[in-house]
Amino acid sequence: MNQARTSPFNAMAMHGALILYTLIALFPVFIILINSFKSRKFIFREPLALPNAESFSMIGYQTVMKQGDFFLYFQNSMIVTVASLFFILLFGAMAAFALSEYRFRGNMILGLYLALGIMVPIRIGTVAILEMMVSTGLVNTLWALILVYTAQGLPLAVFILTEFMRQVSDDLKNAARVDGLSEYTIFFRLVLPLVRPALATVAVFNMIPIWNDLWFPLILAPAEETKTLTLGSQVFIGQFVTDWNAVLSALSMAILPVLILYVIFSRQLIRGLTSGAVK
Amino acid sequence: MKRPRIRWHIAVFLAPAVLVYTTIMILPLFNTLHLALYSRIDQERIFVGLQNFMTLFGEPVWADQFWNALGNNVWFFVIHMLVQNPIGIALAAMLSHPKLRFAALYRSAIFIPTILSFVIVGFAWKLILSPIWGIAPTMFGSVGLGFLYQPWLGKEEYALTSLSLISSGQFVGIPMMLIYAALLTIPEEILEAGEIDGITGLNAFWKIKLPLILPSIGIISILTFVGNFNAFDLIYASQGALAGPNFSTDILGTFFYRTFFGFQLQLGDPHMGAAVASAMFAIILVGVCVYLFGIQTRLRRYQL
Repeated sequence: MNQARTSPFNAMAMHGALILYTLIALFPVFIILINSFKSRKFIFREPLALPNAESFSMIGYQTVMKQGDFFLYFQNSMIVTVASLFFILLFGAMAAFALSEYRFRGNMILGLYLALGIMVPIRIGTVAILEMMVSTGLVNTLWALILVYTAQGLPLAVFILTEFMRQVSDDLKNAARVDGLSEYTIFFRLVLPLVRPALATVAVFNMIPIWNDLWFPLILAPAEETKTLTLGSQVFIGQFVTDWNAVLSALSMAILPVLILYVIFSRQLIRGLTSGAVK
Repeated sequence: MKRPRIRWHIAVFLAPAVLVYTTIMILPLFNTLHLALYSRIDQERIFVGLQNFMTLFGEPVWADQFWNALGNNVWFFVIHMLVQNPIGIALAAMLSHPKLRFAALYRSAIFIPTILSFVIVGFAWKLILSPIWGIAPTMFGSVGLGFLYQPWLGKEEYALTSLSLISSGQFVGIPMMLIYAALLTIPEEILEAGEIDGITGLNAFWKIKLPLILPSIGIISILTFVGNFNAFDLIYASQGALAGPNFSTDILGTFFYRTFFGFQLQLGDPHMGAAVASAMFAIILVGVCVYLFGIQTRLRRYQL
């Protein structure tokens, strides 16, 4: 790089702008976190101060723990997210393999048909989805959510994975065929491990919207035993709005799992983006 | 060699995805459009043709709400396009600067709100801006600007704009990441060629990089459009199903929810709900078509 592109003044201005924006972005999270560790009196008296010996209190967390629902909600969210991701990846990869590997009549059209869903939000079909779930008795089960999220995630998954599977070398697959391996073995043993980075990218893209969704849990599974964490915290806010300690602690605990997931997968996200997964 | 046999494995590979996608997504989509043509009178489902749509667009009780929600939704989208996307692009431009230190740190920190649910972020802002808890009044007061403070979420004239800004702030991470990725893929030779011609710094951004990332800007615009016209979570989480104060923050998503499920004294009506959903579908479809045929085909010419 040459000198003209970075004067010290420019660099300072950039850092200034970025630091300012980072502070704005993290401010709400910061406020929730610090106040969740304070006693009620100090939440109101010094909302911006860090908890200290005098103001520190775990009362909110104790309330939430005693309620017990939190862990159920967390477990529901976990089951729904993991199961949906599993089906999105498995079914998506299978379809992508068929579309990229074989030439058959209708290949193009089927690809386009599956890609339609990228642009049309599944929420538009909610009325009929609810009707269907009621008639099949799936309402208020986690299966309703898993099915909906799987359908929602498939189009992008097929689209991205088809691109990646085209890059897997044909010689390798043909060599396997000469050795007498079945198409299924080729897919599971040979191709799937090779596209693992692409699978991870698809998983990351789908994970966050599924975990955070409020709409479908609210409509398809609002029962106490099937509430997800997002719906649970929403209801909790309404119920306990006078118990500030509990609300702030519950929200802090709801932030934690996504944060951990993000830290684990963030590198994969960047790699997926820069390798052109969504272009 | 394989020609004569029916290749069953192709069907086996395709079946699960096509089946789930068709039954859970495509069929409900058409069924929703279909349901919009019916009405329930005395427990019976009766075909009423386009009557529901005429009610929705023409009858004052419904039409007022519908046009209000649509107008609000357009404003919601405009703010995202004017605030979220330009800020996202600016952040990406700074982050992709080759000599910037701590770039990964900034990137992660700014992306964090994007991964959180609207329930959390909406509530946090509600607290911060609330006149009762008073962080915002105190902060404004401490720099002598106390008179500027208003209960932004509680006043009809500011609530929608405040929520749009909150939503923009939260989702800035998405345009930032997409543009960041696009900027990284610009070949170094092009920038060096520009440098030799004396195009550096901001000029290089406007004259070289921006035209090259126009396709990505097109994609984030359409993603913003589709996302905004079926948005729901933030408004519901922070203002409730009634999208207060006095429906000033009502957008199509919350209007759809109320029509479908009912609220307080109004009973839910699946058929009117389906009509609202169909209207949303039409709006999104028009937007996507404008993008695909009007914008994207033209943008492709700029690509390398």
